[in-house]
Amino acid sequence: MRHALDFVLVTLVLTDLVLLGSSRLTACIRLVAAQGVLLAFLPLALTWPELEVAAMALAASTLLVKGVAFPLVLERAMRDARARREIEPFVGYTPSLLVGLGMLGAGTWLADRLSADVVRSPLMVPVALSMILTGLFFVISRKKAVSQVLGYLVLENGTYVLGISLLSETPFLVELGMLLDVFVAVFVMGIAIFQINREFDHIDVDQLDSLKG
Amino acid sequence: MNPSVTFGGPLATALGLVGAPLLLGVINKTKAFFAGRRGPPLLQAYFDLVKLLGKGAVYSRTTTWVFCAGPIVGLAATLVALLFVPLGGVAATFAFQGDLFLVVYLLGLGRFLTVLAALDTGSSFEGMGANREVKFATLAEPTLLLALLALIRVAGSPWSLSPTLGNISTASSLGTAPVIGLVAVALVVLLLSENSRIPVDDPNTHLELTMIHEVMVLDHGGPDLAFILYGAALKLWLFATLLAGIVVPVRTGNLAVDLGATTLVALAVGVVVGIVESSMARLRLIHVTHLLVGALVLAAVALLLAVGWSR
Amino acid sequence: MALFFTGLGTLVGSGVMAALCYRRATLATRVAVTGAIFGAGLVLVPALPTLFGGGTLVASLPWSMPGAALRVGLDPLAALFVVPMAVLGVLAAIYGARYLDPAHANGTLGVHWLAFNTLIASMLLVVVAQNGVLFLLAWEVMSLSSFVLVLYDGSAAEVRRAAWVYLVATHLGTACLLAFFTIFGAAASSFDFDAMRASATAVPAGLLFVLALIGFGTKAGFMPFHVWLPEAHPAAPSHVSALMSGVMIKSGIYGLLRALTLFGPPPAWWGFLLLSIGVTSAVLGIVLALAQHDLKRLLAYCSVENIGIIAVGVGLGLLGKAYGLPVLTALGFGGALLHVVNHAIAKGLLFFGAGAVLHATDTRDLNRLGGLLCRMPLTGATFCVGSAAICGLPPFGAFVSELLLYSAAFVAGTTGSPALVAAAAIAITGLALGGGFAAACFAKAFGIAFLGEPRSAAAAAAHEVGTPLTAVMLVLSVAAALSGVLAPWVVGSLAGAVANASGTSLNGTTAGLGVAVDGLFFVSLAAGILIAVVLVLTLTRWLLLRRRPIGATGTWDCGYARPSPRMQYTASSFAAPLVELFQGVLRTHRRFTPPVAIFPPSATLSTHTPDTLQELLYAPIFVGISNALASFRPLQHGRVQLYVLYIAVTLGLLLLWSFQ
Repeated sequence: MRHALDFVLVTLVLTDLVLLGSSRLTACIRLVAAQGVLLAFLPLALTWPELEVAAMALAASTLLVKGVAFPLVLERAMRDARARREIEPFVGYTPSLLVGLGMLGAGTWLADRLSADVVRSPLMVPVALSMILTGLFFVISRKKAVSQVLGYLVLENGTYVLGISLLSETPFLVELGMLLDVFVAVFVMGIAIFQINREFDHIDVDQLDSLKG
Repeated sequence: MNPSVTFGGPLATALGLVGAPLLLGVINKTKAFFAGRRGPPLLQAYFDLVKLLGKGAVYSRTTTWVFCAGPIVGLAATLVALLFVPLGGVAATFAFQGDLFLVVYLLGLGRFLTVLAALDTGSSFEGMGANREVKFATLAEPTLLLALLALIRVAGSPWSLSPTLGNISTASSLGTAPVIGLVAVALVVLLLSENSRIPVDDPNTHLELTMIHEVMVLDHGGPDLAFILYGAALKLWLFATLLAGIVVPVRTGNLAVDLGATTLVALAVGVVVGIVESSMARLRLIHVTHLLVGALVLAAVALLLAVGWSR
Repeated sequence: MALFFTGLGTLVGSGVMAALCYRRATLATRVAVTGAIFGAGLVLVPALPTLFGGGTLVASLPWSMPGAALRVGLDPLAALFVVPMAVLGVLAAIYGARYLDPAHANGTLGVHWLAFNTLIASMLLVVVAQNGVLFLLAWEVMSLSSFVLVLYDGSAAEVRRAAWVYLVATHLGTACLLAFFTIFGAAASSFDFDAMRASATAVPAGLLFVLALIGFGTKAGFMPFHVWLPEAHPAAPSHVSALMSGVMIKSGIYGLLRALTLFGPPPAWWGFLLLSIGVTSAVLGIVLALAQHDLKRLLAYCSVENIGIIAVGVGLGLLGKAYGLPVLTALGFGGALLHVVNHAIAKGLLFFGAGAVLHATDTRDLNRLGGLLCRMPLTGATFCVGSAAICGLPPFGAFVSELLLYSAAFVAGTTGSPALVAAAAIAITGLALGGGFAAACFAKAFGIAFLGEPRSAAAAAAHEVGTPLTAVMLVLSVAAALSGVLAPWVVGSLAGAVANASGTSLNGTTAGLGVAVDGLFFVSLAAGILIAVVLVLTLTRWLLLRRRPIGATGTWDCGYARPSPRMQYTASSFAAPLVELFQGVLRTHRRFTPPVAIFPPSATLSTHTPDTLQELLYAPIFVGISNALASFRPLQHGRVQLYVLYIAVTLGLLLLWSFQ
C-alpha cells in the first residue's frame, strides 16, 4: 500500500502547485475538491488490510464534505459574486510556483527537524507541512475572498494529513470532529462572501479596510 | 564481447541521422489526421531537404561570415551532441562522466550561433525571434539538468547519460514511478519548447511577429536552410529518443530489439506532439515563462522525491 | 626566488624611470613596456616550473618593521595566480602602449606607467606574501596604484566619481582585512602565515571567516560588495580594465583561498554561505550585465557573474571538506581555480576588444554601434571568440571549468545528504541560469555592436585598429581555444594548486580530479570532431554553391518600403523581455513618451537599469553618514588660531584623563 500512499501524496503536492499557478477560480475550486477526494483515500490506505469502520466512516465523510459539499458551496458563492478570476494577486502566479517549491523544501526540512517516526511513508510529514505552509501563503497572497477560503481549506487539508500521520493510534473521531468544524466554517464563510458581495458589489478583501471608518 | 557495446552506439547515431526527418513527417501526418486532411507524405521532410540542397542562395548585403556560420555550426554542434546521447538502453558512441553537460552546452553553442546569424541580418523580426529563443532556452536549461539529476539519483548511476538510461529498467519500479513520471512530464515541456512546437511556438505560422525559431531563419535559403532544417530534425530526434528511453525502458540486451523498440516509442512521441499541436493553441508569450517555470518546479519536485526515496 | 625579486625590481624600477622621463611620453612608454616585459618574464621563470612541477620556493629576509618579516613563498597555488597576472600584465602593457596615444598625453603618461608597473608588481607580491603585514602592505599598494590607473582621464567628472567610489569601497574592504589579520595575528602572536595556521584553533573562526569574506569579497566583487566594479571598470582605460577585471579582482579570490588554508576544517555553513553568495552574484550579476547598454559596464557586471561562479566552486569545495567528500572538494576547488584562469583569458580579450571598439568609434553605447564586423574584421572575430568563451561554450576553456563545477554539484547531488542535494540543486540552477543569461548577454553584446547595420555615423566610419592591438587579441583567442582543446592536460596540471587550496594531499586531489580528467579526453575529442564536422559542412556548402547563382539583396523587411538602420533591434529591445523576468529585483527605469494622435510627431522609450543595491543600500547609508557628519561642519572655520585652540583643548583633556 506504500506505493498507493506515495502516489496520493505526490498528487496532493502537484495539486498544491497547480493551485498556486492558476488564475481561474473554477479551476482552483476543482483542484481543492480533488484534494478532498484524494484525502478520502488516506485513512483507507493507512489501515489497508483491515477495513475499520471508523476509517471507512472518515473516508466517506471526507469525500462527501471536502469532495462534494465544499465545491458546491464555493462555486455557488463564486457565481453569486460573479468573480471568475483571481486578478492581480499580491504575488504573481509564476513567483507563486517558486514559492510553492520553497514551501515543499521548507516542509521537508522541518520534517527532518521534527524527526517524527516515519512508519508509513517518509513523504507524509513533509507533504503535510508543505500543504499547511502553502495554504497560509495562499491566504496571504490572494485578494478574492473565495481564494482565501480555498487557502484555508488547503491549510486544513495539511493538518488533516499531519494528524493522520502523527497520531498512529488514529483517533478518527477527532478527525471527524474537526471535519464538522471546518464544515461549519466554510458555510459561514460562503454566506459571508455572499453578503459582502451584496453589500459592496465585489469580494476584494483588501478593500475591506475602507470599512474602518 | 557484447555487440551492443561496439556497434550499438554508431548504429544508433546512424539511425538518428537517417530517421530524424521522419519524425517531422509523423508529426505532420498526425496533425493532418486530426484536421481531417490527407496531409503531406511521410517523407516530405526528406524531399524538402533534397530540394533545398539543390538550390542556389541569396544573401542580404548586410550579412557577414557569421550568417553562413550559423547554420553550419548549428548543425555540427547537434551532430556531435548526438554522438553522446544513448538510444534507450543502447549506449551512445561515446560516454563519460559529465557527457550530459557537453550535450547541453553543445546545443547551447548551436543556439548561440543561430542567434548571432539572426542578428547579423539587422532585421527587427529576427532580433525578436532571437531574444525569445535565448529567453526560453535559458529557462529550459536548469530544468533539463535538474530532471537528469533526479533521474541519475533514482538510477543510482554515475552522472553520464548512457549508464543512467541503461540503469533505468532495473531501477524502475512502482516506487520510482512518480519520479520518472515527473521527469518525463518536464521533458515533454522541454521538448516542445526547445524544438519550437505548439504551445510555445507555432512552426506553421506565417506572421513574423509571433514566431520564434522560424523568424530567426527567415533570411536563410538553399543549402543553409537545409542545414537548419536537418539540424532542427536532429534536435527533435535527440529529445524524443531521450524521452522514449526514459518512459518505456525496454532493455532486453538484444541490440535489434532495443533499437527498434526505442525508435518506435520515439515515433510515438512524434504522434503525441502531433496530438498536442492539434488540440492546443499557441500560448501567449508571457504564459510560456509560466509553463517553463512550471516544468522547472516539476523537475525540482522530482529531485526532492528522489532524495526522499533514497533515505 | 632571486629571479622573482629581480622581476619585481625591474617592474618597479622601469616604472620609476618612466615617471622620471614624463616629459617625453614616447620614451616613458617604451621604458615602462620593456620593463614590464622583462620583469614579468623573469617572474615567470620560477613560476611556471612551480605551477606544473609542484614544490614550494620560500625566501625570508629580516625586516625592521615590528611584527613583519619579508617572508615570501611561491607554491603552486600562488603560481597559478602569478602566471595569468604576469602574462596578462605583459599583454596589457603592449596593448596600452598603442592604446594610449603618447601624442595627446600631457605629462600624465609617466605617472600612469609607474602606477601600471607598480600594480603588476604589487599583485605579484600579494600572492607570494607569507606574512600578514607584508600582505597588507602589498594589498594597499595594489589598491592605490589601481586607483591612480582608474583616474587616468581625471578631467571627466564621472571618472573622478568612479575612482572615488573605488577608493572608498576598497578601503572598507581593507579595514576588514586589517581586523582579520590583527585578531588572527594577536592570537598567534605572529603575523607569519605558518604561525597563524598553527594557532587556528585559538581564534574565533566564524567571525574571522566573515571578515575575510567581506574584505576579500569587496576586492573580488561578491554580490553585496560589488558596487565599485561597474563604476571603476568603464572609467579606466581599456587595458587597465582588462588587467583589473582579468586578474586584479582575482587577488580577492586568492586572498580568500589563502585565508581559508589558515583555518582548520571548515563548518558546513561557510560552504552554504559562499555558495549562496556565489549563486546570487552569478545570476543577478549577469542579469544586470544584460540590462546595461554601455559595453564596458556590461563586461564589468559580467565579471561579477564569473566571480560568482568561482565562489560557487569554492563553496562546493568547502562543503566537500565539511562533509568529508574528497571528490567534491577536488572538483569544487579545481573548477574554481580553472575558472580563474579561463576568465582571465576571456575577460582580458573582451576588454581589449571593447577598447578597440571605443578607440575606433569613440563610444561605448551599444545603441550607437552596429555593423562593426565588416569594418573591424579581426577585432570582431576575436570578440566573437571571447563571447563564446566567456559563456562557457565548448570547445573553449571556460566550458571545462563549468563542467568541473557541474560535476562537483552532481557529486553532491548524487551522493550527499538532503542538505547537500539542496545545495547542489541551487548550484546547478544558478550555473545553468547564469550560463543561459550569459549567452543572451553576449549574443547582445556581439550581435548589437558588430552585426547588422551601423546605428551612428561614428560606427559607420570605424576602421580596424593597429597591429599590436589585434595581435594581443589574437593571442588571447588562441589561448581561450587551447585551454579548452587541451583540457585533460590543463586540468591535470592543476592538481598541485588545488591540493594547496583545499589543504588535502596531492594524491587525494589527483584522484578526485581524475574523475573528471578521464572524461575530459572526450571533451577534447568532441572539440576535434566538431571542428572536423564544421570543416566538412563548409566544404559541402562550398561545393554545392560553387556553380550556382548567388544573389545579393536587402534583408527581408516584410514588405516595408523604407527600412533604415535605426529600425534595427536595439540593445534595449533585445534585453527587455529577459530583464522583465527580474523586474522585482532590478527596478529598471523607463522613460516612455507614447505616440499620440494619428500622425504622432515623436515617441521615445529609453530604459536605464541602475544598481539596486547601490540605490537602496549604499546610497542611503553614505548620505546618512554625510548628513551626520555635516553637523561637525561649524567646527571648520579656516582660522589657524581656532585650530591651535582645538589642539590645546584636546591636549589638556588628555592630560586630565591621564591623571585620573
